[in-house]
Amino acid sequence: MSIKKLAIAGAMAAMMGAAPAMAEMVFPSLSYRTGPYAPNGIPFADGYADYFTLLNERDGGIGGVAAKVLECETGYNTEKGVECYESTKGQGALVYQPLSTGITYQLIPKASADGIPVHSMGYGRTSAANGKVFEWVFNYPATYWDGASIAVNHIMDLEGGSLSGKKISLVFHNSAYGKEPIRTLEELGKKHGFTFTAIPVDHPGQEQKSQWLQIRRDRPDYVLMWGWGVMNSVAIQEAANIRFPMDRFIGIWWSGSENDVLPAGDGANGYKALALANPGGDYPIYADLKQHVYDTGKAAGDGSNAGTVLYNRGMYAALLAAEAAKKAQEIHSTAEITPAMMRDGMEALNIDAALMSSLGLPDFGPEFSVSCANHGGSGIGKVQQWDTSSKKWTVITDWISADRSVIDPLIAEDADAYAAENSITPRGC
Amino acid sequence: MLYREAGDFKTNYAADQQTFPIKSERWLFWAFMAFAFFVVPFFIDDYWNKAVLMPLLIYAMAALGLNILTGYCGQVSLGTGGFMAVGAYAAYKLMTSFPGMDMFSVVILSGAVTAGVGILFGLPSLRIKGFYLAVATLAAQFFLVWMFNKFAWFYNYSASGQITAPERSIFGIAVTGPSTAPWATYLFALSILFVFAWVARNLTRGRLGRSWMAIRDMDIAAEIIGVSPLKAKLSAFAISSFYVGMAGAMFFANYLGSIEVTEAFGIEKSFLVLFMVIIGGLGSILGSFLGAAFLVLLPVLLKNIMVGYLGWPTDLAAHFQIMMVGALIVIFLIAEPHGMAQLWRLAKEKLRLWPFPY
Repeated sequence: MSIKKLAIAGAMAAMMGAAPAMAEMVFPSLSYRTGPYAPNGIPFADGYADYFTLLNERDGGIGGVAAKVLECETGYNTEKGVECYESTKGQGALVYQPLSTGITYQLIPKASADGIPVHSMGYGRTSAANGKVFEWVFNYPATYWDGASIAVNHIMDLEGGSLSGKKISLVFHNSAYGKEPIRTLEELGKKHGFTFTAIPVDHPGQEQKSQWLQIRRDRPDYVLMWGWGVMNSVAIQEAANIRFPMDRFIGIWWSGSENDVLPAGDGANGYKALALANPGGDYPIYADLKQHVYDTGKAAGDGSNAGTVLYNRGMYAALLAAEAAKKAQEIHSTAEITPAMMRDGMEALNIDAALMSSLGLPDFGPEFSVSCANHGGSGIGKVQQWDTSSKKWTVITDWISADRSVIDPLIAEDADAYAAENSITPRGC
Repeated sequence: MLYREAGDFKTNYAADQQTFPIKSERWLFWAFMAFAFFVVPFFIDDYWNKAVLMPLLIYAMAALGLNILTGYCGQVSLGTGGFMAVGAYAAYKLMTSFPGMDMFSVVILSGAVTAGVGILFGLPSLRIKGFYLAVATLAAQFFLVWMFNKFAWFYNYSASGQITAPERSIFGIAVTGPSTAPWATYLFALSILFVFAWVARNLTRGRLGRSWMAIRDMDIAAEIIGVSPLKAKLSAFAISSFYVGMAGAMFFANYLGSIEVTEAFGIEKSFLVLFMVIIGGLGSILGSFLGAAFLVLLPVLLKNIMVGYLGWPTDLAAHFQIMMVGALIVIFLIAEPHGMAQLWRLAKEKLRLWPFPY
C-alpha cells in the first residue's frame, strides 16, 4: 500500500518538478490561510499576490518578464514550511518570504547553502541585519530590536524623557518570535532605569486569563505585546476586561491590524501599535489595483482585505521584492535573473520618496537603503492608534528612530556568536 | 498460490523461529531493503529527502517506540512529544558540548538520556493504570516542554530560544547542518532505524517482550505467574523512551535542523504518533511503519494532487486535506479496528488461499 502511494507521490512530484520555469520570475509565498494564525496570514498573502498580479497586468511583468507567485500553505508550521521550501526551490524561486520567525530560523542556514535569498521583512532573526555574516538574509526595513527600541522611545516621549522607576511588561508569544525583543528590552531597562517583566503566552494564545491577572496585580505603567494570530485579539479583549488603559498598551507591528482590534469592539479604542508603513487604502496604487486586478476578477482570496494594515504590508513586501528584482536586472543587464542576481539586487536596494511616489505609494514607508554590511534598513517606525468610532488606524507620530547605541552592539554580538557557531568568516565590507 | 508455504521445509529450530519463516515473505523483505539501501540513495533529491523520506523514517522510529509501550505493554502514553523534546535537546547539548562526537553516538546517547527520563515518568505507572496513567504522561508532556522553555541552559542562552544543529559528520560526510547531501541524511536515518527495528522485533519475541504482553493482557495474572510488573513496566518505559528519544534527536538534528520546543514538540505531536500506532496496528512492528507512512505520506500526496496537479487554492486544499485524513482515519478504524497491520495479515491469508479463498 505504501509503495503504491510512494509511486503516485513520485509521479506527482516529478510532474511538479518537470514544469519548466522559463521566462518567469518565481516568487514563492509561504502563506497560511488555515489555522490559528490565518486571520493575519490571509491579508498578507492576498496583498503579496495582488501586487504581482498588478505588475503582470499593468506593466507586463518586471522588466518584461512575468512574475509568478507560487503559493504554499504552511499553517505557520515548521515541518510544512520545510516541505514548501523544498517543493518550490527547484522551480527557480528568487526570494523567500517565510512570514514566520520559526520557519525563517529554519531557512537561514539552508537557503544560505542553496544560494537563495530570504527576506524576513520586519521579523525573523534580528542579527541577520548584519550582512557581513548573513549574506543571503535580509530583514529591512526594520527589525524586532528596532521595534522594541522604537516602542520604548515612544513611551519616553510620553513620559517627558525619563523612564526611571517605571514598570514595563511584555506580553509575548512564547516562541522564537516573541522572545526576540527580550534581550533588547532588558538592556534598555538597564539604560533607562525601568523595571522590565516578560510574561509568556503559549501557542496559540487563546487562553490568557492568568497572564492578565498578573498584569492586573503588577500594575505596570506600560504593556508591550509581541503577539500574532488569535493571540492578539484575545490579549486586547483581556486588556479591555481588566480596564487596562489602552493608550498604554503598545503592540509590535505584527499586533496592529484590523483583525486584531475589531473583535474587542469599543474596548479596543485607543490601542496603539507600531507601524512599518502607513495604514489605509488612500493611495494612487489602489486605483490601478481596482482597474487591473479587482475589477477583472483576478484578486487573490476573497478580495475583502484591500486597504487593511496587513494587506498593505504584503503589498509592500511584494513591492520591495519587485524593486530588488528590477535593480538586479539593471546591475546584471539581463531580464532573466537568478537567485544570486536577486541577492545583488536586494543588497543594492535604495528606496526613496521619489521612487515610492512613482510606484503609487507616496509617503507610505520609510526611506532606506541596503548595503553589504547593513541588511536591516533604516530601522525606523511610526506609532498608530486604533479609533473605534471610525474603525480606522491613525498614525499619531512621525518616524521614530531606534536607539542604535544599544541595538548595534547587540546585533554585532549575536551575529558574531552565529558566525563562530557555524564557522562563517564574515565578508569584508 | 502467489504466497505459499508448500515446499518450504524447515530442518532446524533456527530456521523455524526466524522472523520471516515464509520464503516469499523473506524475499519481499530483503528486496525492499535492498531497494531502500542501494537504489533510493542514487535517486533521492532534496524534496524526497526532506519532505517525504526523512519524516517517514523518523516518525516510524517514534511510532516504534510508542508501540513498545502502548501496543506491547499496554501503557497508554501521551508524553511522546515531550520525550522527543528530551531527545532533541539532549542531542543539541551533546553536539555543542562535545564537537568531536560522531552523530551515531549523539543519537544513541540522546536515546539513553531519554530512557532515563522515561523511567522517571514511568514510575507512576506502577500505581495508576489506564486513563489515569494517560493523564500522568500528559503531565510529562507539558512539564518537559515548559522546562525546555524556562531554563535557558538547555538552549545555550540564545536570544530566541531556538536550537540550531551545527554541522556534524560521520566518516567525513556531513549528516547534519545545511550542506548535507540528501542521500547522506537518508542513509544515516535508515541505518539507525533498520538496526533498531531489528532489535525491537527480537525484543518483542523474547522474554522481555512476552513479559510486556503478559502485563498488557492481564497484569494480575502476569504477576501471579511470576512476571515482575516493576521490571516489565519500567523496562517498557525505558526502551520506548529510548526509541522516541532517538527519533527526537534525528527529528531535530537531521530533519529540521532548527527547532523551537513549543512548536515542534507540542501535544499535537503526541497525538500524531499515537494515531500512527493505532492506525498502523497496536502491538505490531510492521504496523508502526504502516501507520507512520499513512499519516506522513497521505497529507503530502493529497497536497501534491490538489495543489500541484488540480491547481486548487491552497487554503481549500489544506482544509480538504484535514477532512480527508480525518475521514479516512474514522473509516479505517470502523472497517479494520486492528489497524493496517491486520489488513496486511488478512491479505496474506487471502493470498495463501488464492485463487480459492473462502
